[in-house]
Amino acid sequence: MSVSVSSLQRRRNFLQKIVFNVFRLAALINGLALFIIVYFMIANGWKAINWTFLTQPPVDSMTKGGILPCIVGTLCLSIGAILIAMPIGVASAIYLNEYAGHGRVIRLIKLGINNLAGVPSIVFGLFGLAVFVVWLKMGVSIIAGSLTLGAMTLPVMIGSTEEALRAVPDTYREASLGLGATKWQTIYRVVLPTALPGILTGTILGISRAAGETAPIMFTAAVFFTPSLPVSIFDEVMALPYHIYVLATAGTEIEATRHLQYGTALVLIAIIYRFRLRKRMQ
Amino acid sequence: MPRSHTPAWEREKKFNAARVIHSFRIDGLSPFGFVEFPFRHYIKWQNSLTLGTLTYFRHFSFSNREIEMSNKRRITERTMHTLFFVVASASIVILFMIMVFLFMEGMPIFNEVSVKDFIFGKYWYPTSEPPDFGILSLIVASLSVTLLSALISIPLGILTAIYIAEIASKKVSEIIKPMVELLAALPSVVIGFFGMVLVAPFLQNVFNIPTGLNLFNASLMLAFMSIPTICSISEDAIHSVPNSLREASLALGATHLETILKVILPASLSGISTAVILGMSRAIGETMVVLMVAGGAAFIPESIFDPVRPMPASIASEMAEAPFRSAHYHALFATGIVLFIFTLLFNIVADHIAYKYKQVGEATL
Repeated sequence: MSVSVSSLQRRRNFLQKIVFNVFRLAALINGLALFIIVYFMIANGWKAINWTFLTQPPVDSMTKGGILPCIVGTLCLSIGAILIAMPIGVASAIYLNEYAGHGRVIRLIKLGINNLAGVPSIVFGLFGLAVFVVWLKMGVSIIAGSLTLGAMTLPVMIGSTEEALRAVPDTYREASLGLGATKWQTIYRVVLPTALPGILTGTILGISRAAGETAPIMFTAAVFFTPSLPVSIFDEVMALPYHIYVLATAGTEIEATRHLQYGTALVLIAIIYRFRLRKRMQ
Repeated sequence: MPRSHTPAWEREKKFNAARVIHSFRIDGLSPFGFVEFPFRHYIKWQNSLTLGTLTYFRHFSFSNREIEMSNKRRITERTMHTLFFVVASASIVILFMIMVFLFMEGMPIFNEVSVKDFIFGKYWYPTSEPPDFGILSLIVASLSVTLLSALISIPLGILTAIYIAEIASKKVSEIIKPMVELLAALPSVVIGFFGMVLVAPFLQNVFNIPTGLNLFNASLMLAFMSIPTICSISEDAIHSVPNSLREASLALGATHLETILKVILPASLSGISTAVILGMSRAIGETMVVLMVAGGAAFIPESIFDPVRPMPASIASEMAEAPFRSAHYHALFATGIVLFIFTLLFNIVADHIAYKYKQVGEATL
C-alpha cells in the first residue's frame, strides 16, 4: 500500500516538474523574443548612430544624412498629444473615481472608454483624416496629428490616473471632509497632490505610447520628407516611426539605406525605453 | 479706554466684515490677504469646524454675504461635478464621432456596390477600370492572421502569466514582468521592421518558399504584440484569486500543479477570457505589422505561407493614393467600418464577460 502511494506521489511530483518547466519555457520565449529584437536593433543600428545622424536632416533623397526632423517631429507630436489627453484624462478619471456612483450612465461611460481603448490605430487615422484634416480644415499638420494621438492615448491616461487615485487612502478623503472641506476642495487640496506622482507616471507612459504609433499619423501629420523643422503647429512634420516605414518599404534604395533604418529604429526604441525606465525608477 | 469710543454694534460690524473677507480667502478667491493676520485664530477655527462655526455665527447675525458664501460653496461644488461629468463623457463623444465620421465617409460606396457585394465580393481591384470593391479576401486575411496569431499567443501568454503569478520566485518574476512590459512598449513599426528584414529571409530559407512576407510571419509578429496584453490581464486575474482557495486545495493534498489547473484556472477563467479577447482584438486591429510583413496580396490564402492583405494593411497602404472622396476613398472608409465593428464586438464581449462574471472572492467557484 505504502509503496503504491509513494509511487503515485512520485508520478504527481514528476508531472508537476515537467509542466512547470513548460511554463518556465513560455516565459523564457517571451524574454528571448524581446532580447533578440532589441539585440538586432542595437547590433545593426549602433554603427549608424553618430553626431551627424542625430543633428542633421536627411540629404540625397534620404539616402544619407541624419534624422533630426524626425526626432523633433515625434517629440512635438507626442507632447502635443499628451497636452490634449492629460487634462481630459485626469478630469475623466477624477469623475469616475471620486464623483461617480454605480449608475447606468457610469457603466456606459466606462464601456465607452474600454471600447475607445480597443479601436484599431488605423481607424483613429481615418477618424483624424475625416475630422481634423478635412472637416476642421487643419490640413496635414502637427495639431491634427496631436489631436488624433491624443484621442488615442486618452484611455491610457484615464486608466493610469484612476489607478493613481485609487491608491490614495480613503482616510485622507475622510479626514479632509471631516474638517469641513467640500468635495472639490478635498480633491484639489488632498487627493490630487497625493496622487500626483502616479499621474505623472501615467503621463510619461502616455507620451511613450504616442511616440511609437505610426498608423494614426500617416494621414494626419507625417510626410515622407520635409527639409525644414516645424515652426508652427500647422506645419507638417517627419516622424521617427513613419520614417522607418518609408525607408524600409517605399524608399528609393531600400537595401542601401538599411543601416539608416536600423539606426532610426534604435533611436525610437531608445526614446521610448528612456521614458519607460524612468517610470520604473519611480 | 479708546475701545469705549466705538459702540458695540460698530465693533461687531467691523468684525463681521473682516470675517466675510476671510471666508473669501479660505475659498482661495480673495486678494485681501493682509486681513489675515489679526484673525488667524479665527480662520483656523472657521476652517476646521463647520458645525462649530455655524453655532458661533448665531451670536452675530448672518449677513447676506455669509449666506452668499455658503451658497457659493454649494454652487462651486455643483459646477465642478457637472464639469467633470461633461469631461468624462469625452470618451463616449469621441467614440461616437469616430462612428459618425466613418459612416459619413464610408456610406457613399454603397451607392456603387451593394453591401452584400462589398462584404462577400472576392475581388479587390480598386484602381482597375471598372473597379472591383469586394473585401472578402481582406476580411478572410484579417481573420486568419488573427486566429493563427491567437494559436501562438494564447498558450504563451497564459502560461507566462501563470508562471509569473504562481510559480516564479519574487526575484524571477521581477525580471520577467518588466520584460513583458518592455515587449508591450516596442513600437509596432519596429516589430514590423524586424519581421521584414530578419524573420522573412529566415523563413524563406528554412521553408524554401517564394516569399517570407506571408500569413505565417505576420501571425508570428502579431502574436508577440498580443502576448503582453494577454499576459498582464491574465496575471491580474490570477492574482485576484483569494489565497484561501489555494490553501484549501493544498491542504486537501493536491500538488501545486493540480491546484493551479483545477482551482486557480477555473476561478480566474473570466479574467483570462477577457484577456484573450482583448489580445485578439489588438491583433486584428494592428496595422504596421501586417502592412510591412503580411505580403499584401489581396487573395484568399490557401496555405499559411501565402501572402495576404488584411484590412488595416489595405487601408494604410492605399489611402495615400486614393483620390479625395473617390469611390476608392469611400471604399477604404467602409473597410474601416467593418474593422471597427469587428473590434467593437470583441470589446463588448470582453466587457460583458468581465462585468457579468466579475470575480467576487469564493463566490465564483
